Amino acid sequence: MTEILLIMLGAILIENFIFSRFFGICPFLGVSENPDTAVGMGFAVILVMTVSCAATSLVYDHLLVRFGLEYLSTIAFIVIIASLVQLIEMFLKKLIPSLYNALGIYLPLITTNCAVLGAALLNVEENRGFIHSVVFGFSAAVGFTLALVVFAGVRARIKNCDVPKSFRGSSIALVAAGLIAMAFSGFSSISI
Amino acid sequence: MKKTEKKNTLSKQFRDALFYQNPILVQLLGMCSTLAITTSCSNAIGMGAAVTVVLTFSNILISLLRKLIPNQIRIAAFIVIISGFVTAVQLIIKAYFQSLDASLGVFIPLIVVNCIILARAEAYASKNAVIPSALDGIFMGIGYTGALLILSAVRELAGYGSFFGISLFGDDFVGIQMFVLPAGAFILLGVMIAIFNRLLAAHEAHEKKKNNAALTTAAGAKSSETESAAENEIAGVRESGGSDAALKDACGKIGDAVENLSEEDGK
Repeated sequence: MTEILLIMLGAILIENFIFSRFFGICPFLGVSENPDTAVGMGFAVILVMTVSCAATSLVYDHLLVRFGLEYLSTIAFIVIIASLVQLIEMFLKKLIPSLYNALGIYLPLITTNCAVLGAALLNVEENRGFIHSVVFGFSAAVGFTLALVVFAGVRARIKNCDVPKSFRGSSIALVAAGLIAMAFSGFSSISI
Repeated sequence: MKKTEKKNTLSKQFRDALFYQNPILVQLLGMCSTLAITTSCSNAIGMGAAVTVVLTFSNILISLLRKLIPNQIRIAAFIVIISGFVTAVQLIIKAYFQSLDASLGVFIPLIVVNCIILARAEAYASKNAVIPSALDGIFMGIGYTGALLILSAVRELAGYGSFFGISLFGDDFVGIQMFVLPAGAFILLGVMIAIFNRLLAAHEAHEKKKNNAALTTAAGAKSSETESAAENEIAGVRESGGSDAALKDACGKIGDAVENLSEEDGK
């Protein structure tokens, strides 16, 4: 139990996917212009990452390792993630249309979010079992969402500022992300 | 005549990839690996080379298969092709460059989801012939490596006081920790993009001035030609898969040309 709590704390705060591991920077810069879309994207990522970590962990342990095909893990994982995203999309459309309407447009974007593939690969690298993999995927996605929503709030304020011409757009956004990352690096002194 | 024309488009493609359409500084593609691995110059060269190889080969194969891949499943097909090449590169690096493998770690398999490669496959290789696609891959790879190298040179110099692992300032040099930390990477890249924006804007203003001077000296008879030239420029930007900004810029140029024309008419 304590181990699971430590994995969660580590993935959400100490080794935050965006501010310390640099996974998923593209959607982080892309959808953080507006807090509402940031929340939508965040929940879609939580859903996909939890399910994909479960699926990739099962496939790796019971298929790839058993037949000695570990070197195919990159290809296998990306195919699993891409088809899983499609499957979740169809599933939501049929069963929970309201959720589909809220998350629908973000789902296809997630295939190329490197946080999803990154979490699956890190699980393999650290030899996590099934339950730990799922917990890691879920909490890493929560950390991603936290960073995204905090950053969307900051960006909403930047919009009202008079930024020098050369810094406008992505440039000032990156500088602001750097300042938040500095705040997050305070968590790295927590030792677990 | 035709040869020089070909040379011109080639050099334009090269300049576009390196400066006007630089994958990192202008198109903001592939930011994850950019921020994560630029703590040393040798990392930057290794990552740049790996991305260039994958980009070139996937562009070639996708361009060869562009008429065979059905439109609906093209993204999935591209990803499978790209991940095949990434696995090959990953195995080669693991076998022959162990230290590079240790320092780049999980970011080598993550080249699969590096947006640059999918973006070039979608915007260029799936629409163009094999040789231009291969060149596009090489040029974009060089543009990517160049931006990585500048960023990592600054970070390594300020953070560790070394360049390619060679210590420059002696043993008692105390590096600025912040440049090596994630926060420094974000801020430095932001500042670099701002500097690049400034340079591009200055270059543009210079070009505009030159164009305007040429316009005013040209007689009214030639004015229709300049307008069509500006239109060609828009088409060119579209072709090169240019960003909205570049498109807007070209539109602005057309507007200027039209304005100049009407002024001349008034005279």
